[in-house]
Amino acid sequence: MAMEVVHGRGWDRPQLAPGALDRAFFEAAGRGELLYQRCPACGHRQFYPRQLCTACGGDTAWATASGRGVVHTFTIVRQNGQAPFKDELPYAVAMVELEEGVRMMGNVTGCPVGGMRIGMRVEAYAVECEEGLAVPFWRPSE
Amino acid sequence: MGARDPVIVGIGLSDAPRAPHLDSIGHHVQAIQRALADCGLEKRAIDGYLCAGMEAGPVEAVSMAEYLGIDHRYIDGTMTGGSSFEFHVQHAAAAIRDGLCDTVLVSYGSDFLSRRGRTLGTGGFRGLGKVTGADLYAAPYGLPIVGGYALVAQRHMHEFGTTSEQLAEIAVGVREFAGMNPNAMYRDPISVADVLASRVIADPLHLLDCCIVSDGGGAFLMTTAERARDLRKAAVRVLGAAGAQTHWNISQMPDYTTSAGAACIPEAFARAGVLPSDVDAIQFYDSFTITVLVLLEDAGFCKKGDGGAFVAQGHLRRGGRLPLNTDGGGLSACHSGMRGLFLIAEAVRQLRGEAGAAQVPDAKIALAVGSGGWLSCIGAVVLGSE
Repeated sequence: MAMEVVHGRGWDRPQLAPGALDRAFFEAAGRGELLYQRCPACGHRQFYPRQLCTACGGDTAWATASGRGVVHTFTIVRQNGQAPFKDELPYAVAMVELEEGVRMMGNVTGCPVGGMRIGMRVEAYAVECEEGLAVPFWRPSE
Repeated sequence: MGARDPVIVGIGLSDAPRAPHLDSIGHHVQAIQRALADCGLEKRAIDGYLCAGMEAGPVEAVSMAEYLGIDHRYIDGTMTGGSSFEFHVQHAAAAIRDGLCDTVLVSYGSDFLSRRGRTLGTGGFRGLGKVTGADLYAAPYGLPIVGGYALVAQRHMHEFGTTSEQLAEIAVGVREFAGMNPNAMYRDPISVADVLASRVIADPLHLLDCCIVSDGGGAFLMTTAERARDLRKAAVRVLGAAGAQTHWNISQMPDYTTSAGAACIPEAFARAGVLPSDVDAIQFYDSFTITVLVLLEDAGFCKKGDGGAFVAQGHLRRGGRLPLNTDGGGLSACHSGMRGLFLIAEAVRQLRGEAGAAQVPDAKIALAVGSGGWLSCIGAVVLGSE
């Protein structure tokens, strides 16, 4: 399942400076693919991306996630002095457990903050942060 | 006690909670001078030095050793966040026992409040630079430090039914002790209702679930039991110390209700040859109320998930079976960024019987548990009176 990629919204969040490995993740998100790593040798799945498998120490490979997951835990941020977040309060930050078993942090949008629940089903979408690169976000899928 | 058994012989705290007349090095220096005076050691006896800090500038161990003029045989700048100084006790104790050095200084100083000018940590550590590494997967989402701990509290409530009232009890008890400390930042009593009525910073954590931001520094001196006999005050024994790490970034916490304390606190008890029921007073890193709750469970004072009910029984209060943070803690008294050194200093004061109105009667065993990062690196130290 490809993620929807939102173009042209502008990016006022922290500027990302990914190295080669991380750049592949954000380029894939720009194409609508949500990547994680799966070890070809031992099968261990991990996120964030690293240059080795944290289980066996071997090389890693990319795998494509379904983009579906559940909220494992979350908070509603009601105070944050940093721009641009101070203008978006209150907002939800969640740890999403993907169907593939890895967890990713992200904002859950499209849901009143009072409706956030642990266990709620969410799906990924991506927001372009610069030409060809995008960052995943989450929204309710039910 | 063996001749080379490691002991703590001197402690010193710098001016707190507001000290606009001191910069971070000034806090180090004042605390060190007070620690030396506390025990009567001469500075030239120091042959081991450990420190950690998160200030900009010369706070690395090597540059501090030069500034302070310490000719060391043993140096260690282990930085695990707020728990650094519990790890330092572990490392220094091993070094002293092994003969790598004889007399160790550990110091810390921070002008956090005077430099930042505000008292709540919602801005985050992040500067204005470009984002790289693991931060790429967190920085876009605006999670402040409080929010990281809120993820833990939310999950704990979900799994175990822990309530905001139970978390508030921790803040209320610590505030009661702050009222006995003339140097505490906030001393007026608070109630559970006050905590719940304070504004929510990051659900489910309220303002009064959060530690303060203050200035402050501290230092302690360790040496061998043999060397301690000539000094001014009774030595405090390092009975056992252990540390462990489960993650650094909050996104990597393997189990959002359990810290590395579940591994290292029992190990510290085993090394000390004591049981949780032997402990008279606890100094736990209270960055947030949830931090204490998780560490209590991980220490084995109650089962995982029972922390809420345990604290609601009042065990952590003055006169309870396990008085917590008798100096008023980071929640009410002093939190200048990395509180772990103050945990050791207050444990020593309790075991010496120097804690004044907050003294736990006949305290013989104290447990200090530091938490660094986001419940990431936990260091546990069991101390005992002679």
